[in-house]
Amino acid sequence: MDTDHIIEVSGLRKSFGATRVLDGIDFTVERSSVFALLGPNGAGKTTTVHILSTLIRPDGGTVRIDGHDVLREAAAVRSTMSLTGQFAAVDDLLTGRENLVMMAKLRQHRGAEVGRAVNAALERFDLVDAADKVVQEYSGGMRRKLDIAMSVVNRPKLLFLDEPTTGLDPHSRREAWTLVRELVDEGTTVFLTTQYLDEADHLADRVAVLDRGRIVAEGSPDDLKQRVGSDRIEVDYEDGSTRSVATDGSLASMRHALGLIEEETRAVAAIRVREASLDDAFLALTGKPAGSETPTNTGASR
Amino acid sequence: MNLYERTRPRPLHDSLVMTVRSMRHSFREIDVLMIGIMMPVMLMLLMTVVFGGAMDVGAADYVDYVVPGVLLLCAGYGASLTAVSVTQDMAGGIVNRFRTMNVFPAAILFGHVSASLMRNIVSTALVIATALLIGFRPSAGPVEWFAIAGLMLLFIVALSWMSAVVGLIANHVETASAFGFFFVFLPYLSGAFVPVHTLPSWLQPIAEHQPITPIGETLRGLLFRTTIEQYGWIAVTWCGGILLVSAAVGAVLWRNRSG
Repeated sequence: MDTDHIIEVSGLRKSFGATRVLDGIDFTVERSSVFALLGPNGAGKTTTVHILSTLIRPDGGTVRIDGHDVLREAAAVRSTMSLTGQFAAVDDLLTGRENLVMMAKLRQHRGAEVGRAVNAALERFDLVDAADKVVQEYSGGMRRKLDIAMSVVNRPKLLFLDEPTTGLDPHSRREAWTLVRELVDEGTTVFLTTQYLDEADHLADRVAVLDRGRIVAEGSPDDLKQRVGSDRIEVDYEDGSTRSVATDGSLASMRHALGLIEEETRAVAAIRVREASLDDAFLALTGKPAGSETPTNTGASR
Repeated sequence: MNLYERTRPRPLHDSLVMTVRSMRHSFREIDVLMIGIMMPVMLMLLMTVVFGGAMDVGAADYVDYVVPGVLLLCAGYGASLTAVSVTQDMAGGIVNRFRTMNVFPAAILFGHVSASLMRNIVSTALVIATALLIGFRPSAGPVEWFAIAGLMLLFIVALSWMSAVVGLIANHVETASAFGFFFVFLPYLSGAFVPVHTLPSWLQPIAEHQPITPIGETLRGLLFRTTIEQYGWIAVTWCGGILLVSAAVGAVLWRNRSG
């Protein structure tokens, strides 16, 4: 049993009908880290999460969670992890507290432990005031917080977050990021999917870029940025157009880049150096901007 | 890290948790609950006060004749609402959450059926009370009432499970609720509201061989201490059969829904 890695995936394949959604992917996730699976809609992110969390069966390859095979030892896998899916998995007709009590009971807390675990979760997720309101009355940000709270009420080793901040306002998004960081500091491993590069950049220790069912790049956010040149020189011309040239930060490459810009006859309005973003990395790796649709298999990301 | 490494589902415990959940749903949707409980009472009044005067079924008062049929009509209608609540539930994200946990799989359906049973016990009691108020005079003793309660419970549980299975199959709430129409319609094609021999001859075999007729005749026999003949066993067999088939189909469907 691999003790360093809580997730080990190799040769994972899955098709829905004639659509190949995952075409042999491999990765591992270290304990107590944040791993982000980054990709556009339809890349196969949700399918990956659903296989890892025992919701659907893979066609081929192996997946081990905390040393347990997802097919043969599904019950052991289920006791290790929690899933917070893309669409809030909360009970709209119950109050926040009733939702949490239900989860605590199903997770085998007993007697007074239920109340303790629920109160702790309400406080930590700042839901004490809304605890006895029916969830239907919650805002989007509150629903998402309750959703995550329900997933961690039993303190799982591994938490799957499928697009945790899609549709949230910037404030709620920041809040969710802080919560994820806190959970990781306490030893929880977080596996998240996102189409937001800044989210992966901000949260993840490692990022795998998934495109059309294949992992096209993997590494730390900095690694990925470096692959497309660590810095970029951006030029605004007086006619309103802009140009961006990659450099590796060395004097020679800077001189070369400036040379390219000088060759142009247009008047330069401003020039600046900026660090490459994951957006640049994504564009370079997949040939399209982040968040764009892939019409070939959009049905995959359910 | 984990306080409990739970790997074994606990059928009874999980079913109780889900029953509490579904009962809360019933009380939160108070308008749905009121319709579910008041509609049967309205049907009772409609069949007796409004139609009763025109009906002649021999010696007995029509209210005495029709009560067993109305009870089954109301219970069938109430049970059929289970399909809607199951379909609604399956469309939400929370069922996927339960699937990623070691929750006893049938517990969710069990919760819906239990809540349906509770609602129907209340509405059936109200329907019987209404009937007594407008002149229904059964001659059943304690033993018969006990048997009536048992048969009604079995009927409600069987139809609620069948309805829960329909809820699993239906993709839309509209489809699931259309199913209720079938349950409400079935008693009209039986001996529940009019004696079978008054039906057109081609309809009589259908009426004789569908579950509502033997169950209705059994109830009638128990309410007025008349002979039940073979109907008792046929009624129990119908209910037991519907229950077993629904439970089996439900289990298979549930398993197959996870890809």
